[in-house]
Amino acid sequence: MRIHFKTSYDHDIRLFPDLWSFGVYAALLVIAVILPWLMDDFFLGEVTNVLIWAIAGLGLMLLTGQTGQASLGHAAFLALGCYSCIIFMEQGWPFLIAFPVAGILTGVVGTIIAIPAIRLHGIYLAIATIALSILADDIIVLLDPITDGVSGKFAPMITIFGIEIERWTTPDRFYWLVLAITVLCTLAYRNLLRSPLGRAFAAVRDSEVSASAMGVHIARTKAAAFGLSCAITGLAGALMGFYAGAFNNETFSIVISITLLMMIVIGGLGSIHGAFFGAVVVAFLPQFLSMAKDLVGGSSVAIPGLETGVFGMILILFILFEPMGIYGRWMKIRIWFELFPFARKDMFKRQKSYLKTERLR
Amino acid sequence: MSQLLEIENATLKFGGVVAVNDLSFSVKEGEVYAIVGPNGAGKSTVFNLISRFYDPYAGALRFDGQNLLARSADAVADLGIARTFQNIELFDHATVLQNLLVGRHRHRRTNMVQEMLFTPKVRREEERHRAAVEDVIDFLDLQPYRDKMIAGLPYGVRKVVELGRALASGPRLLLLDEPASGLSVEETQDMRWWIDDIRKQMGITVLMVEHDMGLVSGVSDRVLALADGAKLAEGTPAQVQSDPAVIEAYLGTGVV
Repeated sequence: MRIHFKTSYDHDIRLFPDLWSFGVYAALLVIAVILPWLMDDFFLGEVTNVLIWAIAGLGLMLLTGQTGQASLGHAAFLALGCYSCIIFMEQGWPFLIAFPVAGILTGVVGTIIAIPAIRLHGIYLAIATIALSILADDIIVLLDPITDGVSGKFAPMITIFGIEIERWTTPDRFYWLVLAITVLCTLAYRNLLRSPLGRAFAAVRDSEVSASAMGVHIARTKAAAFGLSCAITGLAGALMGFYAGAFNNETFSIVISITLLMMIVIGGLGSIHGAFFGAVVVAFLPQFLSMAKDLVGGSSVAIPGLETGVFGMILILFILFEPMGIYGRWMKIRIWFELFPFARKDMFKRQKSYLKTERLR
Repeated sequence: MSQLLEIENATLKFGGVVAVNDLSFSVKEGEVYAIVGPNGAGKSTVFNLISRFYDPYAGALRFDGQNLLARSADAVADLGIARTFQNIELFDHATVLQNLLVGRHRHRRTNMVQEMLFTPKVRREEERHRAAVEDVIDFLDLQPYRDKMIAGLPYGVRKVVELGRALASGPRLLLLDEPASGLSVEETQDMRWWIDDIRKQMGITVLMVEHDMGLVSGVSDRVLALADGAKLAEGTPAQVQSDPAVIEAYLGTGVV
């Protein structure tokens, strides 16, 4: 068991509690950077996909896990980020400008949509945001002159300071680009968590009444959460566009929204690790299923809805047996080993807690 | 002593129910003022009026000469009014330390972008907030619970954490909604000393709702007795306790 001996307030503020965990994450980053030399291009592509999903997961995690606002409309923001980034680049903007501007634009649009939406709570907010997902599809078709509607668009080549980056011809460069953006988004998320706004998000999630009594402006805080969440999601959407290479109005369907929400629930709501764990499950499940089908010799048989069915079952099992998600389970296993042999069975007994935020209304 | 909080002819109706009826009272700077009354008398409603969770039907609320009604619920905290809740309203999925740090929210001096980049200014501010919170932790003896999650804490400790969160905001007026409800005799005794110290050492004015008459007469300078949303009696604890109208409201009349 590691004991943190704290001698200054900085020890609570810094990113890593001790040298050991700093070492672990540094090693992880080193492995991530040298990964293109360890893997063939197919698996590198899959890992890139995991990272892109993880960024999208971070975006929704900020809103749902951190601020407690469910959203089933995030596919719309993925689409907005994707289309705006690529349209900007078609206008001749360099990637380094088009990409962040697409993120900011998605964030601003998200904030504007949030202003009426945040008056809704819980399930009602989820229902209202479903509408966004459905609308996005139609709007893309209606805006045919800009978005090329049903026929779709192709992602252009990314050029950063003369270095050409493309998903198929240079998968390693594209992987490093995605990795860098993942690290930046994770750092920004982590920084928010240790500063006043991050705590205000959690306060709004756990008790709106006392948050406002402590001087937290509820509407403004929720709008900020929505905006930031949409901005990060928009960035992920742009990367998804480059990853897919081609996309149209059906790429960012409501299924993507639902997958995204399921992903963070399976990963573990309210934790950064959860977004990554969930992304691994989402990105590798189709691969895993097809491999499993090969094993039983049914590779040529198409089973409609198999993926969705398995995914749904995993979600149900998690909600029943591990509501804290993979990250929660991971923590329990870690604590069990750290305390060995003193861990007790009832240490993680769940306490019933009700959604308190609805009380005053 | 000047008047810190003034409530003039406040009336609040929920449909046909008159929760607060033409109520006027004022709290002086530096005193401990208690509101007592039977259940449903409108005590907590008065608190929710001051916190601006409810809009009064009629009347005026002033804090240090400023019109409270012109402010929204979150802007009330900026004036230096902090409160606790009757049914503890802590942030359950956060540690004690994080809960107390939320109390510092009204002193936030950094914006979203600075916080995402965690600039040196954010770090300096965090350390400043932390130092203020540590003072509160020392004052309330919360050291053993600093990094514990609220969800696993016993009721008595949560009650103290909530008091701590209100104190961390550095208030001028502290609203305590039944600070001793559900506490053991020893814990109530602690609460009494803390309220005394809050007033004497920190110079914070306290307005509290409490049923425990031992605590009320022990710490408060003046007491207001409410029944059915209206003022029954006001004065020193002894005066109010011997007031015939108060005795009648609590015990009923002797007529058969």
